[in-house]
Amino acid sequence: MALLQISEPGRSAAPHQHRLAVGIDLGTTHSLAATVKSGSAEVIRDEAGAALLPSAVRYFSDQPPVVGHEALAVQTTDPVNTIVSVKRLMGRAFQDIAEAAQLPYRLVDTPGMVKLDTAAGARSPVEVSADILRTLRARSEGALGGELTGAVITVPAYFDDAQRQATKDAAKLAGLNVLRLLNEPTAAAIAYGLDQGAEGIYAVYDLGGGTFDLSVLKLSRGVFEVLATSGNARLGGDDFDQRIYGWVLAQTGLAELSPQDMRLLLAAARRAKEALSDAPEAPLALTLGNGQSLAMTLARAIFEDLTHDLVQQTLLPCRKALKDAGLSMQDIKGVVLVGGATRMPCIRQAVAEFFGQVPLTNLDPDQVVALGAAIQADILAGNRQTGDLLLLDVTPLSLGIETMGGLTERIIPRNATLPVTRAQDFTTFKDGQTAMSFHVVQGERELVADCRSLARFELRGIPPMVAGAARIRVTFQVDADGLLSVSAREQTSGMEAAVAVKPSYGLSDGEIARMLSESYQYAQEDLQARSLHEQLTEAGRMLEAVAAALAGDGDLLSAEEHQAIDGLMAALTEATLGTDAARVKACLDKLNEGTQVFAGRRMDRSIRQALTGRAIGAIAA
Amino acid sequence: MIDFSQNHLDLFGLPARFDVDVATLEERYRTLQSAIHPDRHATAPETQRRLAAQWAGQVNEAYRVLKSPLERGRYLLSLQGVDALAPTQTSMPAEFLMQQMEWREELAEARGDYAALSRLEQALQREHHGLLNALSCQLDELGHYEVAAETLRKLKFIARLEEEVSEAFEAL
Repeated sequence: MALLQISEPGRSAAPHQHRLAVGIDLGTTHSLAATVKSGSAEVIRDEAGAALLPSAVRYFSDQPPVVGHEALAVQTTDPVNTIVSVKRLMGRAFQDIAEAAQLPYRLVDTPGMVKLDTAAGARSPVEVSADILRTLRARSEGALGGELTGAVITVPAYFDDAQRQATKDAAKLAGLNVLRLLNEPTAAAIAYGLDQGAEGIYAVYDLGGGTFDLSVLKLSRGVFEVLATSGNARLGGDDFDQRIYGWVLAQTGLAELSPQDMRLLLAAARRAKEALSDAPEAPLALTLGNGQSLAMTLARAIFEDLTHDLVQQTLLPCRKALKDAGLSMQDIKGVVLVGGATRMPCIRQAVAEFFGQVPLTNLDPDQVVALGAAIQADILAGNRQTGDLLLLDVTPLSLGIETMGGLTERIIPRNATLPVTRAQDFTTFKDGQTAMSFHVVQGERELVADCRSLARFELRGIPPMVAGAARIRVTFQVDADGLLSVSAREQTSGMEAAVAVKPSYGLSDGEIARMLSESYQYAQEDLQARSLHEQLTEAGRMLEAVAAALAGDGDLLSAEEHQAIDGLMAALTEATLGTDAARVKACLDKLNEGTQVFAGRRMDRSIRQALTGRAIGAIAA
Repeated sequence: MIDFSQNHLDLFGLPARFDVDVATLEERYRTLQSAIHPDRHATAPETQRRLAAQWAGQVNEAYRVLKSPLERGRYLLSLQGVDALAPTQTSMPAEFLMQQMEWREELAEARGDYAALSRLEQALQREHHGLLNALSCQLDELGHYEVAAETLRKLKFIARLEEEVSEAFEAL
């Protein structure tokens, strides 16, 4: 194949530079980052050698927040300002939080997402998560010795759209370029599958601190295809602690506890739970704020009795996922355990009994998710040659529109492979109706009231017609991050009135902008300088990408077309020498537009090559 | 040149037949996704990434349709201009309507009875299998599209009933 090589000084067809990318497991209890170094994934440790960062943030009135062990150590003395398990509050409204009474925080009932009142003022769960991510970003950049190109952040597979959006916003606030939101069980499967060279159908049972996921995947020559996922976004190890907590209160007759005592008792409950994984009984001793001492012993049998129904609750999604995938128990080749809570013997036993086989536990259940995310980050950053791994994930919950009578019209069913686009036509119900409002919901129930409300929007400018004559096509699109966008368009009149809706349950763009500027004040960064820096990074990435595309597929262009693209690249290169962010952006947009036809031809070529390369005989037949 | 209006079978390089080799279909799906998935173009210019996302969505949709015999049959008929499941298409032979009622009664009586549910499940599976064979013959060999459309409607009914039986099993 004849290649048209271009080589101009300063942008020769990219010497393959290793880009720094990390996988981050943003967990309920703890978080961690991992990266791929010389071909293998490893966790990134702090200066003290610890990989796990407790997901705890303490706020002050007069100094920046403290994250991690230092915060966790004082959670019993300063419980109101020390936020733990914030993941359980992500994308949640005040009224969604059933366990509010057992949380030692001052929750603020704000429109959209709940907030926490701290010494530093009201903080959204997104901001708290951003503080955790910022710490991991600093740790990673310190350890890797440079700025990160991007990060893959993991989320529970069963997270809904609001929770995913909140996670992405948190990463943005922390100054991270999000390469992908990746489902935790899928990340674990990558780390596991690659480690073991596995082929066949596997179930990943992931019980974290606050969430439970069950994913069924088919592994076949490097393709990880999620067949079905199910779970419970409000069930995790924390709930087991709560049961012990409740038991102690019942045993001792203690009633109202102060926030400090609440934290003390919860921490003691947690220690007892962990001790019971290795011993038949565990001591549970603490001294309350008023000097009263408690000294009890918790037997494993009692603990298992207290939590039996929680364990059973995890088996329901297992059954559901198998059914959705159209599989029976015999089809499952192996079961992988992920999440610290799967260390509990009662869990291991229940899983073994349910699937009829001993689950696989040879990778550290606390690290496996971050390791898998690191591998995906390495691929998406462009450090690996293509061809070795591909993920095909699914949407965990059905997405739909409210119709007359409060019923849900399903548009995208659960377990649809991503990315997915589906459209549905609606019509007006009154003569001369010129506007129509839509309510986007997520969930499996028929009644809208039982589903999660994601967004509301209105389509205006519909030409007046008799009822039922207008045809309004509503298009749902879910991208590879599992994030939804919705648009609506009136079709019959040929007139286009389109709106694009990004579900923004929780934070508005304005709020994010404000938080960004506030967080930069902490970091003493200039917002404008930041914006220029971002545009320059993007421009560099784009120039490199186009140069590589020209080097590989330049023969798809005529001499004039090639020249036109060269001209746009030169203009962008020149703009990057200045300091005008808007000009860089404008040149970037032009280059993007100018390479559209080229992109189309390259896609066609890769499809043709894929089909003819492997199966030419079969196609010709 | 490959375009979005291309039919699902062409996209997968498969002949326009109902009888599809499932292993080949799965293999082609993985091959196509391996070439066009946005992750494969993660470092490409933005326009190309967007195009890749559109293509990946298209391939997913085609795969979903071709994988399910019912959807595949319906799709092949739509290529012949026959809308098998249109709301206006309600005609059904009298004997099938009788059979429907009998099955419904059987299900009502079998609720809570494992052995009876199993018997009904097996009967429905046999019927399902027979209808699929008939559909294959009507579509691929005879080209009797209106007859095939009726077979498809029967299949749809059987599938719904099978779903109800499986729910009854879960309720045991």
